[in-house]
Amino acid sequence: MKVSYRGNAISQTANTAIHAIFIVIGLSCVVPLLLVIAVSFSDEQTIAANGYRFLPEKLSLDAYRYLWQEGRTILNAYAVTIFTTVVGTILSLAVISTFAYPLTRKDFSYRKLFLFLVVFTLLFNGGLVPWYLVTTQVLHLKNNIWALIVPHLFNGWYVMIMKTYFQTTIPDPVLESAKIDGAGEFRTFLTIVLPLSLPGLATIGLFSAIVFWNDWWLPLMLITNDKLLNMQYLMYKALSFADYLSNASGQNYGSIMQLSPPALTFRMALAVVGIGPIVLAYPFFQKYFVQGLTVGAVKG
Amino acid sequence: MTRLARLYKNGALLVMTLPGLALLLALHYLPIGGILIAFKNYSLSGGSFFRNFANSPWIGFDNFEFFLNTPDAFIITRNTILYNLVFIFLGTAISVFLAVAFNELRNRRMAKIYQTTILLPYFLSWIAVSYLFFGFLSADKGILNQLVFEPLGREGVDWYNRSVYWPYILVFANVWKYAGYNCIIYLAAIIGIDNDYYEAAALDGASKWQQIRYITIPSLSTVITLLVLLGIGRMFFADFGLFYQVPMNSGAIFDVTNVIDTFVYRALINSGDIGMSSAASTFQAFVGFILVVLSNWIVKRIDSEKAIF
Repeated sequence: MKVSYRGNAISQTANTAIHAIFIVIGLSCVVPLLLVIAVSFSDEQTIAANGYRFLPEKLSLDAYRYLWQEGRTILNAYAVTIFTTVVGTILSLAVISTFAYPLTRKDFSYRKLFLFLVVFTLLFNGGLVPWYLVTTQVLHLKNNIWALIVPHLFNGWYVMIMKTYFQTTIPDPVLESAKIDGAGEFRTFLTIVLPLSLPGLATIGLFSAIVFWNDWWLPLMLITNDKLLNMQYLMYKALSFADYLSNASGQNYGSIMQLSPPALTFRMALAVVGIGPIVLAYPFFQKYFVQGLTVGAVKG
Repeated sequence: MTRLARLYKNGALLVMTLPGLALLLALHYLPIGGILIAFKNYSLSGGSFFRNFANSPWIGFDNFEFFLNTPDAFIITRNTILYNLVFIFLGTAISVFLAVAFNELRNRRMAKIYQTTILLPYFLSWIAVSYLFFGFLSADKGILNQLVFEPLGREGVDWYNRSVYWPYILVFANVWKYAGYNCIIYLAAIIGIDNDYYEAAALDGASKWQQIRYITIPSLSTVITLLVLLGIGRMFFADFGLFYQVPMNSGAIFDVTNVIDTFVYRALINSGDIGMSSAASTFQAFVGFILVVLSNWIVKRIDSEKAIF
C-alpha cells in the first residue's frame, strides 16, 4: 500500500468526512440484515401490534420453533440448494475448463470457429421465449433436478476468463516439453494444465458456486414441484404468498401449540436461515473473490 | 507429423470441447433458431417442439404489430432505457467517488471493514434484498411507517401500491447492491497508477484535490469509458430480479416497475401468450444486439484490446 507522507495527505476534515460517508453506507448495508434478525427473534403479538423494531421488545423463539416443525420442507430445500451448488460447480468447472483450454492452443484447427461461437453468445441470444421453449420442450428440463443445474453450466464470460488465465499462466515451452516427453493431450491437461491453473479454477468455481447458491431464477422458470424448491425459491414463496407455509401444515402446528403460526416473525426466521450461510461464509471467501475480480479486470 | 497424427491430436482437443459444445448449441444456438417462433402463430398443441413448430402457420409480423400496439410496449421500453441510463451514470459517478475516497483512507483496518460491508449486498440474492426492503417498506409493520412517519405525526405510506416512490427506490436498490462491486473495479485501476506521479505532483506543490483532478480521474477515464459503454450495450436488458422481486410483483406500480424482461416473463408464464412474449423478447434481442455492436465498435476505437470482438 502507498505510504502516507506529510504534505501529501488529505486534510483532517476531508478524512473525517470520508470516514463518515463510509460509515453511513456501511450501516445501510448491515442494518437491514440486523432488522431481519431482530424481527425473527421477536414475539409475534408484539410485532403484530407495534410493527418491526431494531431491538425486539419481547424476545421469543416461537418463529424458530415453528421453523423446526417445518423442518422437513426446509431441510429438503437446503438439500436441493447444496446438491445443485456442489454438483453444478464441479460440472461447470469441468465444462468451462475443457472448453477454454483448446481455445488457447494455436494448433487447434477449430480454435477460431469455437471462439466465435462463444463470443457471439455474449453479444446475441434468442431471448427468453425460445430459450424457455427449447429448455422445457426439447431438453425436457422441467421439474427435475437437472433443470436447476444444466442451464447454468456453460457461461461464455467464464470461458473467456479461463482462456485468458490459461494463456497467461501456462508457458508454451511447458506444453512443448510435455509433448516431447510423450504425454497425450488429456494427460497434459490433467497433470500439467489444471494443477498450474488452480487459482484460476478456484476463482471461477467461487463465482459459479455463488450463482448456484443464490439462484431463484431457474426454479421460478422451470420448477412447479414443491419437492424441488431450493432455499431461495422457498424464501420467495414465503414472502410473496404470506400463507404459503402456514397452509402446508398450520393445522398440525395449531394442534400442538394451540396457536396460529407466527407468520410475521416466521418469515424473517426463514430469511435468517436462508441468507445466513452466505453471510457467514462471506468473510472467508471475500478475499479470493476480490483477488479474482481484480485479476480479471487487469488481464481481462 | 503425419496427417493421421495431426487428426488424432486435433481429435483429442475436439473431444475435450464436446460437453461445452453440446451445451452451447443446445442452450444458445437452438434458441437463436427459435426466434422464428415470433413470426409464427405458435401453439402448444402437445407433442414435440419441432412438430409444434412445423404445424404452426407463418404470420409474418403480426405478433410484432400486436405487441407494438399495446400501451405496454412504450412503457416497458421507456422504463428499461431510462432506468438503465440512470443506473449507468449515477452508479458510475458514485462508484468512482467511493473508489477515490477509499484510496485516501489511511486507516487500513477501517478501510478493510468498509470494504467488507459495502461489498456485502452484492452477494445477496434479489430475494434476500426483497426481504430487507420489506422490513422497511411494509405498509403496516415497516420501519419507515412505524418509526419515521408515525412519530412525525404523518400518515404512513402504502409503499407497494404507490408508483411515485418506486423510481427512487429502484435506483437506490440498484446502486446499493452494486456500488461496492464497481468500487473495487475502479480501486484496482487506481492502485495500478504509478505512485511517482503523485510524488512529483506533491513536490511541485499540487494539492490533494489537484492530484485527484489531474492524475487519478484522467487515469481512470479509460476504465470508466469502457464500463459505461458496456452498460450502454446492455441498455435494452433489465435486471429481472430488481424489477420483479424488490417491488414484490405488485400490480399497482407496474407503470414504473414493468420493464421488457418482466413483461416478457408475465406474458409467457402468467398469460401463456407466446405470440406477445416472443415478439417482445425478439424485439429486445435485436435492438439489444444493435446497441452491443455499436458500443463495442466504439470500445474498439478507444482500446482495441478491450473490445469483445
